[in-house]
Amino acid sequence: MRETVTITKPHGRPRQPTEPRWIRWLLTGTALLFLGLFLVVPLVSVFWFALSKGWSTYLASFDDPYAWHAIQLTVIVVISSVVCNGVFGITAAWAITKFQFRGKSLLLSLIDLPFAVSPVIAGLIFVLIFGLQGLMGHWLEDHHIRIIFAVPGIVLATMFITFPFVARELIPVMQSQGTEEEEAARMLGAGGLRIFWRITLPNIKWGLLYGLILCSARAMGEFGAVSVVSGHISGQTNTLPLHIEVLYNGSTEHERIAAFACASLLTLLALVTLIIKSAVEWHTRRTVLLAESEAFEGPPASASPSNRGHA
Amino acid sequence: MPILLYKRSSLPGFGITLGFSVLYLGLLVLIPLAMLVIKSMGMTWSAFWQTVTDPRVIDSYKLSFGTALVAAVINLVFGLLVAWVLVRYRFFGRRVVDALVDLPFALPTAVAGIVLTTLYSSHGWIGRWLEPLGIHVAYTPLGIILALTFISLPFVVRSVQPVLEDLAKEVEEAAASLGASRMQVFLRIILPELWPALLTGFALAFARAVGEFGSVIFISGNIPHKTEITPLLIFSKLEQFKYAEATAIAVVMLGASFVLLLAINVLQRWTTSRMSL
Repeated sequence: MRETVTITKPHGRPRQPTEPRWIRWLLTGTALLFLGLFLVVPLVSVFWFALSKGWSTYLASFDDPYAWHAIQLTVIVVISSVVCNGVFGITAAWAITKFQFRGKSLLLSLIDLPFAVSPVIAGLIFVLIFGLQGLMGHWLEDHHIRIIFAVPGIVLATMFITFPFVARELIPVMQSQGTEEEEAARMLGAGGLRIFWRITLPNIKWGLLYGLILCSARAMGEFGAVSVVSGHISGQTNTLPLHIEVLYNGSTEHERIAAFACASLLTLLALVTLIIKSAVEWHTRRTVLLAESEAFEGPPASASPSNRGHA
Repeated sequence: MPILLYKRSSLPGFGITLGFSVLYLGLLVLIPLAMLVIKSMGMTWSAFWQTVTDPRVIDSYKLSFGTALVAAVINLVFGLLVAWVLVRYRFFGRRVVDALVDLPFALPTAVAGIVLTTLYSSHGWIGRWLEPLGIHVAYTPLGIILALTFISLPFVVRSVQPVLEDLAKEVEEAAASLGASRMQVFLRIILPELWPALLTGFALAFARAVGEFGSVIFISGNIPHKTEITPLLIFSKLEQFKYAEATAIAVVMLGASFVLLLAINVLQRWTTSRMSL
């Protein structure tokens, strides 16, 4: 299987050693077959099943107060988790990347902690605190505050599950950006918030957007943790994924189609997530390439101000 | 606070950002998780032991860890293949395929659960063809493996891809010009470089698969001793208000997950130190 290698092309780049054509085809084919079977077929099927009885049946599936309530509740849950975890992500990334302190690596590991916790356990811990037999159960009961089997519990469980997403995206981005620009602004007399709004935020906006998107994608789809704390009360504590479960386990053909109709809504949002993610990645790559080519060609001083200029 | 000693910096906001981060982390994550341990300590040792070694619980551990392991191995092999094809070869639609790899991260698990169950049940599009061959997927451990493979598919691809992109081609070229076959180059030069990333992706996929709930409950059928995963067992104990038992099983699972997390951290440090060399 030896082959001719390192023959230089006309414009001077050495040709990379590669596999014979039939192996390349075989490997590409196998990989595409695997992805087709595991990703494309399920993706297409969601829409196929949802539309199997035509558009009118599909649209009629959303003519259901429980479905609407589930959609509203899901939106509330997504917004609260994105806002809270977004603020946390920014503050944590600021503290971790702009300062040196002891215990930093411990803090980094603790931020990852929710990734290692099963969603069911994430729900369980909030039941243990706020549930009727839990630590604060009697106190909450006396004050007529409901957390478990109510919206606050669902929000808390989802916040726990999506806790690391924004911070995990921002920390590497801010790490690679360093602190020089912020320090220069500080020396020119800018205050902390002004530095953040004018210098840091424009630099991290794409990474932040990506983190927020990942966070909302996970929040709208969270099932296990929400399942434990929600109590499955239709029209009150069913988020969209839980509503799908109820419909899917229903007996009639109509309910099955309604389940897939709701699923198709979430699938569309998942596809939007993927598109935005690709756009963000494409943009970051281009910025990196631009910065590199500027660093090679132009005077180094021009690189950073022009980066900041278009913000 | 002695553990928060820090080097003076000219930038403002250290106290408030770190303070808020630690407070939020403590309230939302650390205190609730500590509750789990405190609650389980309320049980006597023998009651705890009896709960976590009950045959039904043991069977669920075997199933959960076994199926997660198989799914992670499948993803190890195919993840490497997909990453290789995406980085090394150019073909029509490559960027779309690349974007699509993240679908399992973006798609709600319940959606994955109902669509896989419908496809692989005995009347489904795919299940219909497997049934005559004697292969039953829905409501068997095979179905659980299928769902877990789906939800953990991106991990290996995404951890191997950047390493493969950064791999210095000069070494491969040198080896090839010295007469090494392509297979030798792959096994002796490329694979050793990829091992840390492969193992990281494997461990992440495994950790995610062990705890997975949403997609599995639809396809598994949930038969005790046969297709009942540990998270589901915790869930059903809770529904019967057996909080202490649920907590005990959860503590065992959490312990196993932490060991995994620790392994992932060590692996990641190994990967970054290799990449910076």
